[in-house]
This record gives sequence, C-alpha cells and structure tokens, in this order.
Amino acid sequence: MFTRSQRIRSVIVQALTVLLAILFLSPFYFVLVNSVKSLGEIMVDAASLPEKYLFTNYSKVWDIIRFPKVLGNSAAITLLSVAGIVVLSSMTAYRLARKPTLFNRILFTAFISSMIIPFQSIMLQLVRVTSLLELRGNMIGIIVCYLGFGMSMSVFLFHGFIKSVPLEIEEAAVVDGCSPYGVFWRIVFPLLRPIVMTVVILNGLWIWNDYLLPVLIIGSNKDITTIPLAVTRFFGQFTKQWDLALAGLTMSIAPIIAVFIMLQKYIVEGIVAGSLKG
Amino acid sequence: MKASKRASEWAQQAVFVGPGLIAFTLIVLVPFLLGFYYSFTEWNGLDLDKAKWIGMDNFHRIFMSDDNFWASFRFTIKFTVLTVIGANLLAFLLALMLTSAIKGRNVLRTIFFLPNVIGGILLGYIWQFIFTKGFKTIGELTGWHLFQLSWLGTPQTGFWGLTIVFIWQTAGYMMVIYIAAIVGVPKDLIEAAKIDGASYFQTIRKVMLPLVVPAITVCLFLTTSNAFKMFDLNLSLTKGGPGTSTQSLAYNIYAEALVNNRYGLGTAKALLFFLVISIITVTQVWLTKRKEVEA
Repeated sequence: MFTRSQRIRSVIVQALTVLLAILFLSPFYFVLVNSVKSLGEIMVDAASLPEKYLFTNYSKVWDIIRFPKVLGNSAAITLLSVAGIVVLSSMTAYRLARKPTLFNRILFTAFISSMIIPFQSIMLQLVRVTSLLELRGNMIGIIVCYLGFGMSMSVFLFHGFIKSVPLEIEEAAVVDGCSPYGVFWRIVFPLLRPIVMTVVILNGLWIWNDYLLPVLIIGSNKDITTIPLAVTRFFGQFTKQWDLALAGLTMSIAPIIAVFIMLQKYIVEGIVAGSLKG
Repeated sequence: MKASKRASEWAQQAVFVGPGLIAFTLIVLVPFLLGFYYSFTEWNGLDLDKAKWIGMDNFHRIFMSDDNFWASFRFTIKFTVLTVIGANLLAFLLALMLTSAIKGRNVLRTIFFLPNVIGGILLGYIWQFIFTKGFKTIGELTGWHLFQLSWLGTPQTGFWGLTIVFIWQTAGYMMVIYIAAIVGVPKDLIEAAKIDGASYFQTIRKVMLPLVVPAITVCLFLTTSNAFKMFDLNLSLTKGGPGTSTQSLAYNIYAEALVNNRYGLGTAKALLFFLVISIITVTQVWLTKRKEVEA
C-alpha cells in the first residue's frame, strides 16, 4: 500500500515530532529535577538527576508562600468569576439575540468592539473607578472586575450559538404556560452546553493565570493573594534562591497541569470552537 | 393588557441584560471613556482624585522627548513580526506532522499544547532559570558557544530569549486550530490532486493552504494581538532589562504609571497603544479575509 519513499517520510516525520516534543518538554525537566536539589548542587550541575533528593525545599516554600491559602484564593476567584460570567453573559446574549431592538443592536456592537481594547488602556482609570466604588482590596471587587472584562467575548460566543437554537422549541414552551425566565433557564440554557464549556475554559484559563488585574485590584491584601501574585512576590524576596524558587514553581503549575490533563479533550475542543467563531 | 405586556418586556430587558450591562459599563466602558480625559491631565497614583488638566502636554512629551517609548515601540513591532511568523510556521508544521500517519499523535498534541495552560508569569520564571542556569550547564557539557552566552544579560539576546519563549508558549494553541482546519479539508480534493500528479508540497500549497485560510486569519489575528500586548512574560523573564532595552509597549506603559507613578502620562500612552492596536488588527483581518475561498 505504502511506497518506499512514503515510508521513509513517515519515519522522518515521526522522529522529528518526537525530537520536538522532547525539546518542548525539556524546560519542565530542568525545573523538576532541580526542585529537589540543594542550591549548591544546582550551581554545579543543573542538568543531572539529583544526588540527594531534598524534599524539604517543598515544605519550606509551602509555608513561605502559604500555598494552601493562595491555591484556595485562586480557585475561589476563578470559579466564582467564571460562574458569574456564564450566568450574566448567557442571559444578556439571549436577550440581545431574541429581541434585536435598536438599543440591543447597539449594545451588541459595543460588546464586540470592546474586545479590541487592550487592558493597559483601561487599567489606570479602572483603579480610580474601583477605588470610588470600594471594589479594591476585596474578593467581591476582583470578581466584579472579571465579570465586566469577561462579558464581551462570552456574550459574543453565546450570541452566535443562541441564533442557531430553533425558536419553535421556545414557542411551544410559552404555549404550555412557561414564563420567559423559565423558557431560558429550563429550555434554552440546557441546549447551550457545548458553548458553555468553551466559555468556561477560555475564561477559566485567563482568570487563573491573570497577573496584572489582581495586582491592581487585590494589591497588598495578603488574605486574597492568588498564585501568580504569590510567586512574583516570592521571586522579589528570594532572588537567586533557585532551590526554593523551583519547588515553588513546580507546585504552582501542578494544579493547572493536572486539570489540563484530566480535561484536555474538552479544553482543546473548547479552544477550537472559540477561535473559529471569533 | 397592553400596559402589562410592556411592563413585562421592560422587566425582562432589565433582568436579562441589566446585571451584565452594569458590570460591563462600570469595569470596561466608563474607565475606557475616562481615558480620553485623563490622557490630558497630570495625574498620579497617590492622589487619584486630583487630576490636573494640562492639555496636550502629555502627547507633546511622548512625541518630542520620550525615546524610551519609541524604543519600546520598535521593540514591540520587531517582536510581533518575528513571533507571528515563527509561531505560525511552527504551529502549521506541527499541525501537518500531527495529522499525518504517525504514532502517539494524541500524546504529542498534549505535549505541544502544554505550555499554553501555564500563565506567562510562571513561564517567564521557568525560563529565567533555563537561560541563566540550565544553558550554563548545557554549555559546559557540550562546549557550544550558543549556550555560554549571557542570554538575559544583553539587549540582543534578551530580545531573542523573549521571542523563543513566546513562540514556545503560543505555537501549541495555534497548532490545535490548524489541526482542526486541516482535518476539515475534504479528503477527495487531496486525492484528486494526487491523482492529477501533484507532488506533496504542491498539494499543500495549491489545495490545502487556500482552504485553511480562515484558520490562518484567526491565528494571525490572535498571535498579532497577543504578541503586541505581551506583558506577563516581559515582566517575569527580563523585567524590561538590561536597563530598559527589552521593554515592550505594554511594559513601558506599566512602568510609566506604576513605577514612575505618572498615571496621566501612562494613560496618554495607553490611548496611543489602543489606536495602534486597532489599526493593526483591523487592517490585518481585512487583508486576510479577502483571501478566503470556499471548498
């Protein structure tokens, strides 16, 4: 079936991809092996496996950056914000798609156009606005910020999907005496599941890894520090303490990698769906 | 009856659109519009309520005497051009290889995608270690000059360091989009081309490429706007240094406002930043959209 040249080509491609994959993974190898070495050993040889496994690096950093606390904060902020974004943006998109009045059409255009605004063009004035509204330094504040920033793209994604949901289903429910709110939550929302996944994944990855907004809004309030903030503060205090730093980095990236490996099918599908719509 | 129907419509509009609209207005719209005012003021982060109107002074200063800003502008353009080309070529190549008949495709896809789920801040710190300690060891082991350079110590290598890490981070994301597009190319078209005697590269160039242009549009748009707005990586990998030689535009704005505490000037720069991004992305989408064809 396969000619000789085809077989040679597939061997070359196979070798090339494996080689590239090793190259892609090598930074993680360096981080992992050196996270259990002493600083002295790292300085001498950063490539070999450790002579002595020093797991105390981990227990030390665990306490220094208060890992359980910051992990909980990151999780709480991400989950609550994403849940809020899904509820608010799906409801908004539903109304905008089903009742395209002049106001609603202008609003939809405003949502879409705002996607082009870079964060830097908003952040300083946002500091002013959130100070006035007393949204700075508390968890509700940062979640409200994520709701605001998450709206435009999510409304856009839901809007596109809702337009493909047949109106007849809703009309039938209305005839059966369902209220407009019941129609949305009991009939339409369950049909939105594929796009809900996309919205959850795109927003979840963004919020979990976000750095600058938490710096501005959470600032120095240590009680609601997130993982990126804690790691950055750690690097500021312990410059060149690579033994501890690498243990800290490893535990900080572990949760998101675990989630990714468990949900990778959905994550990749979600990203593809989100990108091709956009 | 009619009045109550209208009241119900108003209530629905308020319930469905209200909360989202309020959040969007307070967090995005109002601050964005305020930017047009604060750009013309002298304003600092310590007295947030005391902005002083100074007319065109900020813009005058940016255009006449802010060499750093223009250096970071050039830096960002160069960075964007190189990473957009690099990331998309690598991503397309990976997508081509991973859609051919090889073993372990799913595992390989996972590996190439992996850097994406980790945030730029953490990736920057990881690579800071690779460039300073990892490369040093590899240099000692292999004796290759390339690894013995002080990668984060000079402006040129610092630039290349950022470029490499950004491509490494971005390629996997673009790869999955390209894979989806390539899988969607009808098999019979490829077969027909082969039967007509087209070589492998001719098939890709003449048959596949025109059909995946929508994916190329999306990927070019995403990489361009992400590269142009690059910030997290910049902060954790080089901190804009040595000196200010590797400052991206986004970093320059951040430093102006939050390090130099000149919020007014920072807002003015951010307004220019917005204008440039709008022009670039709109032009680019318009250019690639024209090339799209139907199968």
